[in-house]
Amino acid sequence: MRDQVFPHRHLLGIEGLNPLEINHLLDLSERYIALNRGTHKTSDSLKGRTLINLFFENSTRTRTSFELAGLRLGANVINMQVESSSVSKGETLIDTAVTLNAMHPDVLAVRHSDSGAVKLLADKVNCGVVNGGDGSHEHPTQALLDALTIRRRKGRLSGLVVAICGDVLHSRVARSNFHLLLTMGARVRIIAPRTLIPSGIERWGVEIFTDMTKGLKDVDIVMMLRVQHERMRGSFIPSVREYFRFFGLDRAKLAQAKPDALIMHPGPMNRGTEIDSDVADDFERSAIREQVELGVAVRMAVLEVLAQNNAAYSAEAATGAAK
Amino acid sequence: MSITAPGKVAYINARIIDPASGYDGPGELLTVGEEIADVGRKLFDGKPPKDVKVIDCDGHILAPGLVDMRVQLREPGEEHKESLKSGGEAAVAGGVTTMVGLPNTNPIIDDEATVEYVARRARLQALTKVYVYGAATKGLQGKELAEMGLLAQAGALGFTDATKAIADAQVLRRALAYAATFNLLIIQHPEEPSLANGVMNTGEMSTRLGLSGIPREAEIIMLERDLRLVAMTGGRYHAAHISTAESVEIIARAKARGLNVTCDTAPFYFALNEMAVGDYRTFAKLSPPLRTDADRQAIVEGVKSGLIDCIASDHAPHDQDSKRLPFAQAAFGGSGLETLLAVSIGLHHSSDMKLIDVLRRLTIAPSELLGLDAGRLAKGKKADLVIFDPDRGWKVIADDFRSKSKNSPFDGQPVQGKVLRTVIDGRSVFDAQ
Repeated sequence: MRDQVFPHRHLLGIEGLNPLEINHLLDLSERYIALNRGTHKTSDSLKGRTLINLFFENSTRTRTSFELAGLRLGANVINMQVESSSVSKGETLIDTAVTLNAMHPDVLAVRHSDSGAVKLLADKVNCGVVNGGDGSHEHPTQALLDALTIRRRKGRLSGLVVAICGDVLHSRVARSNFHLLLTMGARVRIIAPRTLIPSGIERWGVEIFTDMTKGLKDVDIVMMLRVQHERMRGSFIPSVREYFRFFGLDRAKLAQAKPDALIMHPGPMNRGTEIDSDVADDFERSAIREQVELGVAVRMAVLEVLAQNNAAYSAEAATGAAK
Repeated sequence: MSITAPGKVAYINARIIDPASGYDGPGELLTVGEEIADVGRKLFDGKPPKDVKVIDCDGHILAPGLVDMRVQLREPGEEHKESLKSGGEAAVAGGVTTMVGLPNTNPIIDDEATVEYVARRARLQALTKVYVYGAATKGLQGKELAEMGLLAQAGALGFTDATKAIADAQVLRRALAYAATFNLLIIQHPEEPSLANGVMNTGEMSTRLGLSGIPREAEIIMLERDLRLVAMTGGRYHAAHISTAESVEIIARAKARGLNVTCDTAPFYFALNEMAVGDYRTFAKLSPPLRTDADRQAIVEGVKSGLIDCIASDHAPHDQDSKRLPFAQAAFGGSGLETLLAVSIGLHHSSDMKLIDVLRRLTIAPSELLGLDAGRLAKGKKADLVIFDPDRGWKVIADDFRSKSKNSPFDGQPVQGKVLRTVIDGRSVFDAQ
C-alpha cells in the first residue's frame, strides 16, 4: 500500500510538497536517528530491494550517505559513477535509464550536473527516483536534512529567520531550502553579492541583503553555501580574499545574529573562503556535523517510503494488467 | 609660490557664489585654520578683528574650489608626462581644489596598495586634493572583476577601465551588479571599440582629410546598450565625456525612467567641433573625437539643462613626442586643468546660462555624485576656495602651462575668466599676482 501522506513515486524536488508531506518525511526520519546511533544499525525493511546510486557528477558525501541509508535498510546497493561508464561511450541519458530499468531496481538515487536531467530520467523508468541533486535546480534530501537539523535544535521551523549566504545563483541546495523553509513558514533571507543573486528570486518571498552585517541581524539560522573556486577569479567575484572580507562568516559578522543562532553548511566547506574555521568548529553553535549525521536518517526515510510506494504502484499496474 | 600657514583669514568684498546653497551675491567669508568658520553677507561690519589676515576680493567671485572628476595623472609610471606635483600645480592654477585620477597609471590602480600610494604621494605635495578611481577589471583588461570592495575601502571613489570601455556585455553586467552590492559607481568610457579604430569623427571632414573615422554611433550604441544593463542590474552608472547629440537624448530617457544614471562632458565637447582638427592639428585629437557643430550645440544645451550633470577637464597630458607625429599616429587627449574654468565660463558668456549653474557642474554636482565632502561654502567645511574674475580676458598659451604637457587644443585662443587665487584647507596655494 502506498504511504497515506506521501503517496508519490519519486522525490524530484521540494517544490510542490505541502507542509504535511514535509513534516511526515521529517517524522519518518526521526525514527532512524536512534537506529543510526546504536550498535546494530540495520533494519530489514528494504530486504530484497535494490537501490542504484546513479551519479553523473562527482560526489563523495551524498553518495556515501545514500549508500549507507540503503545498506542500513537491508537493501542491495549498487553504485554507478557514470562518468567512467556508458555515457563516455556515447550512451544517452535516456538509454542509460532504459538499460537500468530493465534490471528492475526499486529505487534510483540520481545526481546529474544538468538541471532537469533527473526528471527526464524519472519519466523513463518504472521505479522510484530520488533526486540527489540536479544542476542548479534542486537537492531535496539536503533541504530535508537541513530542516530536520533545525527542527531538532529549535523545536520548529515556522517563524524562524534563516539567512542563506553565498552563491545562491548556482545553488540547488539554496533553491530546495527556499521552497522548504518558505512552505514551512520560516522567514528566509539571502545574503550575497549582486552577481550571485538569481534574477526574480525576490518574487519567491525572500528578503535580499548585500551587506552581511545587516543581513545577519537577529537571525536564528545562518546557512552558508559553498562557493566554487572557479567563480572567484573575476567572473562573479574578484578574489577569495575580497569574498571572505565581505561575505565570509567570521566571529565579527556572526555577532549580529541571535546569540543562539545555529551555523549550517551543506559541505564540503572552503575554510577561509566562505567560513572561518573558528566558527565552523564552534561546538556549541555549529550544526555542520549533525547535518551529515541526519542526512543518513533522512535518506533512509525517503528510500523506505519511495520503495513502499513503488511496490504499491507495481502491484496496481499488475492488477490493472490482469483485468 | 609660497604656502602660507593657515591662521584666520577674512575674505571681504567678494561676490560669493555657492551653488550648493544657491547663493549668488555680495558676501564675506572667514576661515580659521583649515576650515570655513563663517560665511555671510556681512560678517565684520567693515572692520575685521586685528588677528585676522584680510584678503580683499575686490568684487571678484569667491566660490568653492572646483572638483574635477576626471583627470589622468600619469604618476606612478609616466612622470615625464605629468607628476602629482606638476599636475597639482596645474590644478591649483586652474582653480581646481579636488581632482580624481583615472586608474590607468603604471602600475594600474587595481589593488589597495596603489590607491594608498597615490593618496600618500599626493598629500606630500600639499596641493590639490587627489582621489582616484579603481580599475573596474583586473589590469584594465575588461575580463575579470577587480577587487572593488577592498579598493573602495582603501579610498577608490568609483570604478572604471579609464580610457577603455568595459566592452564585453557580460563583464559590464557583472561589474554593475557587483558594484551595486556595495552601492559603488561604475564610470564608463562609452565607445564601442570595434567601431572606434579611427582617429577623428567620421564624416565629410574625415573624408576630406583622408583620416579614418570613429562614427558617432560608437558612443551611441554603447550608451544604449549600457543603459539596458543598468536597468537590468540596478547598478549606478556614469557616462564620461559624452560628445554626441543622441547621447544627451539617451541619458535624458534613462533619467526619465528613473535609472541611476549620470554623465559628464569635457569643455572640449561644448567649446570645439571637428573643424578644430583643421590642418591635422594633433592637439585636437581627442578621445572621444571632436564631433559636428550640431553635436557641440546639443552638448551645450545638455550642460545648460542639467541633463549633463558635471563638467570634467578630462585632462590627458602627453609629452611632445606623443603629439609631434602624423595625425593617425599621435596620442589621443588634451591638457585640460588650466583651461577648465575659463572655457566653462564661456558657456555663461556666450549664452544665457547663469554663472552659478556653470559652477554647480564644476563643484557640488561632482562632489555629491562621488560622495565627497567638498564643493560647498558652509561653516565647518574645509576651506577649499577659488577667487576669480569671470570677465578678464587672456590668451591660452600652452607653453606657459604649469602642467608638464602642453597639448591643449585651446592653445592660442582668447578666453574670458581668470583664476586669481586658489585656497586649499585655508592656505593660499596659488596667487596670480
